[in-house]
Amino acid sequence: MSAISDFFYAGGYGFYLWASYGAAIFLMVGELIAARQQHRTILKRLSRMARMNAAEEDE
Amino acid sequence: MSINWFKYSSPATFYPLAGKMIPFFGWLTAILMAGGLYWGFFETPDRLSDQKEYYRIIYIHVGAAWMSMWLYIMMAAWALAGLVLQTRLSFMIAKAIAPTGAIATFLALWTGAFWGETSWGTWWDWDPRMTSELILLFLYMGYMALQSAIDDPRRADRAAALLALVGLVCVPIIFWSINCPDPNECAALHQTSNPGGGNMEPNILIAMLVTALAFWMYSFVAILMRVRNIILERERHTTWVKELLEKNK
Repeated sequence: MSAISDFFYAGGYGFYLWASYGAAIFLMVGELIAARQQHRTILKRLSRMARMNAAEEDE
Repeated sequence: MSINWFKYSSPATFYPLAGKMIPFFGWLTAILMAGGLYWGFFETPDRLSDQKEYYRIIYIHVGAAWMSMWLYIMMAAWALAGLVLQTRLSFMIAKAIAPTGAIATFLALWTGAFWGETSWGTWWDWDPRMTSELILLFLYMGYMALQSAIDDPRRADRAAALLALVGLVCVPIIFWSINCPDPNECAALHQTSNPGGGNMEPNILIAMLVTALAFWMYSFVAILMRVRNIILERERHTTWVKELLEKNK
């Protein structure tokens, strides 16, 4: 076996090892992406609200 | 040098400060995680006493478990600060900590299940350590549910803060569930934890401590990002947020 497949095989325990690491990567990276996405959404919504208020004042 | 800490307790000054701290903690997380995992996978033996390669779950499991307890203590501390000092930012930080703490708790349980299946032959057992950690997950979830169930943020903050403080009793129970003074009273399947490392192979111990530190730095990143979002939401009617939006155009 090549060194890479050996590494992922992990002596036959690959499933347990990578299920643990997979969950950690999924949740932690996902948490950061979600927070970033939420940040953009909030900024967009607040800017739109500010524009609407400004338009109302102009009338 | 004296720092006026109260200046930073204002959301308007904390918001840009948090923005500057995020890349700093982000890089620390990346460097520590990469270094710790490299060491843990390539500079360590394939066995930890009687355990085979699956023991490498340790590099997530321990960091996540430590953070689950530490973040709960911090969440309760900020909630208490909010109740006593009446500072808005304290409650916002407490609220921002909860989801990251819940994720850490879930990961500790999840990785523990996979580790348990390999080394004990069972995914789950109602052992004191696992049961108390599960209760911690429910406490985080209860805190978040209570926060979102009450519309008025001030009332939501106070109610959730009380829940966080009452739930604080869970943390010493988790700790003592395997580290009790009399081993005969610990009917636990879970191994005891030895902060000094016990007879653990030094390279494994180093990698474990470095990755645990990486989890801590990661928590700063996630919490600071979330606290900025909470600040924006709650301070949207203030002039400083309106000025910020003007600048961002």
